Amino acid sequence: MSETRDLLREAAERLFEKHCNAETMRLADAGEFPQALWRALTEAGYTAALIPESAGGAGFEMSDALSLLFSAGRHALPAPLAETMLAGWLLSSAGIALPDGPLTVAPVRGENLAAKRDGAGWRIEGTASRVPWARQCAAIAVLAQDGAKSIVALVAAADCTVKNGHNVAGEPRDDLVFSGARAQQAGASPTPAGAMRALGAVMRSAQMAGALQTVLATSVQYACERVQFGRPIGRFQAVQQNLAVLAGQAAAATAAAEAAIEAASADLDSMAVAAAKIRAGEAAGIGASIAHQVHGAIGFTQEHRLHYSTRRLWSWRDEFGNEAYWAHKLGGEIAAAGAERLWQSITAAG
Amino acid sequence: MASSDSLRFEPPPVHRAAEVLRGEVRAFLAEHLPRRAITMGVGSWGGSDRDFSRKMGARGWIGMTWPKRYGGHERSALERYVVLEEMLAAGAPVSGHWVADRQSGPLLLRVGTEQQKQAILPRIAAGECSFCIGMSEPDSGSDLASVRTRAVAAGGGFRVNGTKLWTSNAHRSEYMILLCRTGEAGEQRHGGLTQFLVDLKATPGISIRPVHNLAGEHHFNEVVFQDVLLPEASVLGEVGSGWQQVTSELAFERSGPERFLSAFTLLVELARALGPEPSERARIALGRIVAHIATLRRLSRSVAGMLQAGANPAQQSALVKDLGTTLEQEISEIARLLVDAEPDRDSTRDFVAVLARTMMNAPSFSIRGGTREILRGMIARGLGLR
Repeated sequence: MSETRDLLREAAERLFEKHCNAETMRLADAGEFPQALWRALTEAGYTAALIPESAGGAGFEMSDALSLLFSAGRHALPAPLAETMLAGWLLSSAGIALPDGPLTVAPVRGENLAAKRDGAGWRIEGTASRVPWARQCAAIAVLAQDGAKSIVALVAAADCTVKNGHNVAGEPRDDLVFSGARAQQAGASPTPAGAMRALGAVMRSAQMAGALQTVLATSVQYACERVQFGRPIGRFQAVQQNLAVLAGQAAAATAAAEAAIEAASADLDSMAVAAAKIRAGEAAGIGASIAHQVHGAIGFTQEHRLHYSTRRLWSWRDEFGNEAYWAHKLGGEIAAAGAERLWQSITAAG
Repeated sequence: MASSDSLRFEPPPVHRAAEVLRGEVRAFLAEHLPRRAITMGVGSWGGSDRDFSRKMGARGWIGMTWPKRYGGHERSALERYVVLEEMLAAGAPVSGHWVADRQSGPLLLRVGTEQQKQAILPRIAAGECSFCIGMSEPDSGSDLASVRTRAVAAGGGFRVNGTKLWTSNAHRSEYMILLCRTGEAGEQRHGGLTQFLVDLKATPGISIRPVHNLAGEHHFNEVVFQDVLLPEASVLGEVGSGWQQVTSELAFERSGPERFLSAFTLLVELARALGPEPSERARIALGRIVAHIATLRRLSRSVAGMLQAGANPAQQSALVKDLGTTLEQEISEIARLLVDAEPDRDSTRDFVAVLARTMMNAPSFSIRGGTREILRGMIARGLGLR
């Protein structure tokens, strides 16, 4: 791990530790946008982390920028940091400057949005479902199609119809209808739709790995403190064995996400991207289940902080393609390459 | 928090020379992998083939990391890793030198006398010398500290009586590293143990009896020592330090690619049987397994890097083995539902035969080299729970 990344991680941990406190988490859970947290993220340059320095970004290496999302996941960050980073990445690919405020991207579920010429400008047509944080974002970075060409457009949230929805963590996941919505800015982009989904999948994998690290630490701590039958429950072998499985899942998710982050700056088509979303997504389900089992009834309440992590794990594994989506894609590629190439494919992915 | 640090995996080091080596190994395999039934050695690291081991020795691929003065080649742990994984993925017959290369040689290097090192390490590196592990006994499996085979000082050396069990490849090995009780266990139960270097071919009083496994294969043996006289020079390391030596040996035993590639031959045969355009269900299953293998490979290479850097990643090794063997065992369970065929070890259809043999060997994956429960106990220790 680079020294820069270590320093960055320590700074991010301090920032998130300070801002993702119990009060912020409670208010965010009730639907209130964490303004102070957002200002801190912006000032630290994290929201522009995926924009090249030449385009006004913070000048992070892509892998360092994506590694911030481990920390975000560890703290169940209740704000669209990943989405704003993704929007910045998409906008800069079309030479569009990053506007202020939280941003999101559309479409995230494979729908096709059409870009239509309107004089010198562009209008966007179509429906995008489950757009993260849409109602709380100033603008949406849209990846639309003009025939075979990709057009990136910046659309004001006010220019589309928003139908509110939520993921199981209570975060906004809104359906957007673009009825000839006017693009504030637009430009051709070399980015295929699949690349945006892939980068989103890398982000969610890192967030899940971070959340699993927290869920592990929380569960171990609880097992050391909670006394039953006259001793901490962590002294019982049955509990120890389950926590060991949870540790394995956290380690696997982290390794898979790290591999995807390494690969992503060179090739978003890499097997490592699919592998990360598959592996971290599977770990999310197993890990959350063990964490709740260890915590017993208290972990099942709103009063306990465990649900901030586990509800996000249950949400994130389904976003930007679930395990089945990515496994289908990866399995299809492996099969098409042929049995004789199977091992070469694995080693080539790094 | 202790939990995150003691189970931390450093990213595997990048090693360009190792990728050059990968090409050489693949070319070697294309030329020398014996034409033989694909079912040979399924689940047991390709089976044993002295000629093949000699060829690998000639290429400098056994004892790769050892000093040149002992026949080694002073290459990095990551280069060695490339050779190991390429051999396993190809199903090459490497089990003849596997144990010696992985743990017996490194142990000799660490604690052996100069004479022991000079006499044996070059022969291992040449592919001429097999080792077996004399640890388990009829009443001593996971609880290794309870071994009862006893070595008593006699006539300037030791007299050994006792029985070792589950000793893989004893019948094909030149040497055993034998764990004996030589003194009192003490309160911690770990004292009074000593390892010996035993020449199986030239020592009277040793009888080796096969124990066939449920797949009908002969890997295991029962090895009985009856008034066996061992010279003083056969003591390996310090008298009474057997426990420390054994536990350090096990870190090498647990994290390698053999802990997630035992069923790889079956995965290749599955991909072949499914063809280039499998069903949606089969694609999802295949993609999931490959994602697991890619992740395990990174974790395992990470441990190789930590070993190279001189760390002692015992808990990480336990974690990789637990995850790896869990996946290995899943592969046959998944494969059998994707191809409509009944497993038959003697079938002429490769998939069907490999499925049968992998399935029958699968229970051993999470027993050999430390049971799943023992490993999870070690991970729990790493988490600070015990």
